[in-house]
Amino acid sequence: MLLIPLLPLVSFVITGLFGKRYFKEKSHYLSVAAVAVSWALSMYVLVQVMGGERLNWQVYQWIAAGSFKVDIGILVDPLTAVMLLVVSTVGFMVHVYSIGYMKDDDGYYRFFAYLNLFMFSMFMLVLANNYLLLYVFWEAVGLCSYLLISFWFPKKSAANAGTKAFLVNRVGDFGFGLGIMLIFLTVGTLSYTGVFSSVATIGTGTITAICLLLFMGAMGKSAQFPLHVWLPDAMEGPTPVSSLIHAATMVNAGVYMVARSSPIFSQSQTAMLVVALVGSFTAIFAASIGLVQNDIKKVLAYSTISQLGYMFTALGVGAWTAGMFHLVAHGFFKGLLFLGSGSVIHAMSGEQDMRKMGGLKNKTKITYWTFVVGALAISGFPGLAGFFSKDSVLAGTFHKGYWYLWAVGLIAAFMTAFYMFRLIFMTFHGEPRDEKAYAHAHESPRSMTIPLIVLAVPSALIGLVLGLPPEDGYIDHLLHPVFENVLGEVHHFGLLDGGLMTLSALIGIGGIMMAWLFYVKRPDLPAKAGARAGFLYRAALNKYWIDEIYFALVINPVQALGRGLWRGVDQLAIDGFVNNAARFVRGIGNALRPSQSGGVQSYLMTMFLGLLVLTISYWLLTM
Amino acid sequence: MSPLQQYLILAVILFFIGAWGVLARRNIIMVIMCVELMFNAINVALVAFSNYSTTGAGRGEVFVFVIFALAAAEAAIGLAIAIAMYRLKQNLSVDDLDELRG
Repeated sequence: MLLIPLLPLVSFVITGLFGKRYFKEKSHYLSVAAVAVSWALSMYVLVQVMGGERLNWQVYQWIAAGSFKVDIGILVDPLTAVMLLVVSTVGFMVHVYSIGYMKDDDGYYRFFAYLNLFMFSMFMLVLANNYLLLYVFWEAVGLCSYLLISFWFPKKSAANAGTKAFLVNRVGDFGFGLGIMLIFLTVGTLSYTGVFSSVATIGTGTITAICLLLFMGAMGKSAQFPLHVWLPDAMEGPTPVSSLIHAATMVNAGVYMVARSSPIFSQSQTAMLVVALVGSFTAIFAASIGLVQNDIKKVLAYSTISQLGYMFTALGVGAWTAGMFHLVAHGFFKGLLFLGSGSVIHAMSGEQDMRKMGGLKNKTKITYWTFVVGALAISGFPGLAGFFSKDSVLAGTFHKGYWYLWAVGLIAAFMTAFYMFRLIFMTFHGEPRDEKAYAHAHESPRSMTIPLIVLAVPSALIGLVLGLPPEDGYIDHLLHPVFENVLGEVHHFGLLDGGLMTLSALIGIGGIMMAWLFYVKRPDLPAKAGARAGFLYRAALNKYWIDEIYFALVINPVQALGRGLWRGVDQLAIDGFVNNAARFVRGIGNALRPSQSGGVQSYLMTMFLGLLVLTISYWLLTM
Repeated sequence: MSPLQQYLILAVILFFIGAWGVLARRNIIMVIMCVELMFNAINVALVAFSNYSTTGAGRGEVFVFVIFALAAAEAAIGLAIAIAMYRLKQNLSVDDLDELRG
């Protein structure tokens, strides 16, 4: 069990220490091997858990201070196993992919070392059996995210994006930390089992506060409005990182944490409603920004935010398994889409602006087809992963009586289908818009295309495997024990669900058709529609000025305060005091300097006169 | 005026001539010679005291011999400094020895 996280850790240490000097372009051997073994072990764990195995193992006591006891412990249940499945599979594929993508990069060894560190932290995050350990590795994945976003740190925008991600996450983590302290204050323990078993004894107000604080952390990590601003900027990092950390695994940590805390959250109606509303709003908000972005990775980033919003909606309304199902499906197809976009960027020699692409379909066949699979999956095309997972989210929302959230979800689903196929049509179809880049375009090496193919398989099939029949599929049964006490009666598929399903399928296909109409059939339409929408279009294009608002409300005042303190307190008061003390001493020195003339005889004269004065005064006194 | 007083007045006159020389002369050799003069003024006083003392007869003379030895050593060092100074500065004026000026 412990080997799953430990292997990447060992590999991180070795690659990090010796990579620069000894491994160089061979740095990936050890890293990939370690993650491959971790993957195999994770699969083994998954199979064991499917067979009914559970584990709650105290590895050793970490902190013991009075009543405050924290163990390093591992908890394995279906929820953990499902997370392991996503993390290890996407992680493994991204490692393989990076061999091709990061080839010839100066920081090759460093990249693999960081990836390993991330894998270790993420494994520990999902394996932890108490809140403090969760928090520690929650921060550790944040650190890795920071390191990898600003991986190309000589580029100023990359370094800034890393800092931004770190700072925005700090806001959320502040809440998370407070939430954990409040849990300890209230129930006196931090282990999952201990907390969940005494949930009934906590007062309603306290439990709402705990939930909202925990959710604040989730909002930061999973990029929910209004803390979503770091994720689009995080696209400055290398594409495999965007795929692994900022689409498939780390950003899911928030969803995982809320799902893990389901016994607490389900006690507070208010908190659940907040989760659902924030998720739902983020889903449509981010999707609408995604409609108009021109950077291929930014589109995917906003799509990720939007899909995470879906997951929170599902959790918030109490459709726990649906949320986790969507997490798994999304992990696969969004990982695939990001790797695909990386392949496109690779083909275009680093170009990310979709307006300069086009016609790549013929040059990059594998990328194109796998990308289409991923896009169909996320659009909810019948039969693919996203269809089942998204439908179970929407249906769950509908059944729990939140029809307005369901309607918002449907609109967001329409937008999702539209922007994904807008991306495909702009990138792969039509005439090449930049002849020079097009001429150089080429398919990526095999180390990059194989992961694409591998990830396309679960993107296409996982819905059929896990999601049939809808809301009563294998994943629901697998996860049922985890959410046993919080899940209502298991819903069985009926005529109404058939209708809902058809509707969401039609919505998805409608979005695809619309994109086709706009970007293939009538390429003049987007400009017209943009002009017609006027203000809304500009608002979406500028991401609703959220960054600008933050600048006006937080960053500028803080900088002004800092400048004020620097000029007023530091330069004037503190520096002034120190400088004046020095000036005072120097003044005394200057005043006394002439007496040290260096003339021996003048010294002697002084001594002589002094002696004379002493003698005379003695003589006068003793008279 | 007792003979002792006369001796002592001589010693004081010698001492102040020497002191004046040390303080006022610019030539380092003159300064050294004036220091010798001050030593000898002291010697005169010591010998006089010793001669007119009833209890400590002879002690002053012994002290004087010690001072002779010291004065010889001092003169040797002082003249060595004067030579070194001449090599360095091509003159012997005490006013030029102001390297330690603050």
